[in-house]
Amino acid sequence: MKQKMKLLWITSLACNGNSHSFLNYPHLEQFLEDFEFINHPLFEGTHTLEEIVSKHIYCDILLIEGSISPEILKADLNLFELIKRYSSIASKIVTIGTCATFGGIFKESEYEDISGLHFNAKNLLQNFADIRYKTISISGCPIHPEHLANTLYAIKDKILLQLDEYLRPKEYFAYTIHNGCVRNEYFEYKIDNHQFGKKEGCMFYDHGCQAPYTHGSCNKILWNEVNSKTRAGQPCQGCTEADFPKANLFETKKNMGIPSFLPFGVPKRTYLTLAGVTKAFTINRLEKELFDD
Amino acid sequence: MITKKEQKKNDIIQCSLELFASKGFYNTTIPDIANALKMSVGNMYNYFKSKDILAKEIIKFISTYLGKKLREINELEISTEEKTQKIVKIYFEIALAKPEMIDYFLRIYLSNRDVFQDGCEGMICVNEFVTEIMIYFEEGVIKGDLRDQDFFSAFGLFMGYLGGMVFLKGENILPKKLDEYIDEISFNIYKALSI
Repeated sequence: MKQKMKLLWITSLACNGNSHSFLNYPHLEQFLEDFEFINHPLFEGTHTLEEIVSKHIYCDILLIEGSISPEILKADLNLFELIKRYSSIASKIVTIGTCATFGGIFKESEYEDISGLHFNAKNLLQNFADIRYKTISISGCPIHPEHLANTLYAIKDKILLQLDEYLRPKEYFAYTIHNGCVRNEYFEYKIDNHQFGKKEGCMFYDHGCQAPYTHGSCNKILWNEVNSKTRAGQPCQGCTEADFPKANLFETKKNMGIPSFLPFGVPKRTYLTLAGVTKAFTINRLEKELFDD
Repeated sequence: MITKKEQKKNDIIQCSLELFASKGFYNTTIPDIANALKMSVGNMYNYFKSKDILAKEIIKFISTYLGKKLREINELEISTEEKTQKIVKIYFEIALAKPEMIDYFLRIYLSNRDVFQDGCEGMICVNEFVTEIMIYFEEGVIKGDLRDQDFFSAFGLFMGYLGGMVFLKGENILPKKLDEYIDEISFNIYKALSI
């Protein structure tokens, strides 16, 4: 019988969204042939949570889901103690989701010093600095199941992943969500006559889409292998970023007509110059419904 | 460092502006411009293939010139109110020092849209100038000084006001010198646009 990689999935302050997302991994059956959970809040594990907190059980990879705080207890054991113990046993640590990576939406809760494992929004923390070298972050609300599964397989196969400044694999986070969006023509010609759920229109200009300045690959590695938010007609809400969630997610914040957040790396004058040119033209094809004969 | 050819183009633009202002756009011909510059008509066509092309290049030249001046103001670490005054001041200064430039903008570019429809659609040919005005507005809103509103509502108020004053000056209607209105007009514009 082949040796499976042992995973410990610790859930802190979380909605379990990442676990639910991971249940949609299309090759889950194969995954469970290659990996086993010593404990997981939803999957059957080889050990109970009581055993995890009372003993030192071997695991290869420690997975952390949810925002963390020194106030949180897991089965009466302080969460920080639990993380310290198992991060010394595991050879790799993966933070799962934006909460575990940056603090996420639970930063609004009443817990003290709530954050991600290594980052409080964009700020680097020193709490777990000694284990940072073996941490990989998979941000997202929720995580894309393939980002997580592929990262775990890369660890298993000893493939060296290049990481960005927030320890996220560049394979998935060097891109923006805009990359591969089927609405790019509408973006190029500044047409946002979108109605939610419709095929036409770019949602960047009026409907709050954050795809041009959000890192991820939702339009490259599709969700459930078929779709993405922007393809389905909903704006990207920037869920992989350190400052997620912003407010008014369905409305583009503008100052005197200029979007507050511009496409990543595009200087304001460059954006305005291009916008001025494209605004001068009307592309009739893009003004019509795609299926309108 | 600009090349000899670019310098010559600039000379043609400057001379054309002056002739357009004195003789009128339609009454000025390419041979007139060549003659004023002591160039052959054939040589003129090496720089600008037609009067329409020259007309579009001139408006881009003016937009670039004004845009550069406004960018210098936008990049200063001063309040929005001070920026407003500086923009009004520079606009009037240009109107006094280079009246042909503002005259071209108001009387030729805005009044002869047929000449500019092909190649100068929308605000393409005045992009550099408009971009700086947009940035002035946007930064004013971010600082909490200016009210967030439709860009053209604010743009019309600002530029329409300035253009109107320069027009009145050109018609010799204003009882005072143009620069004597700077403080009052700046105050009015800022008050109208601020929160």
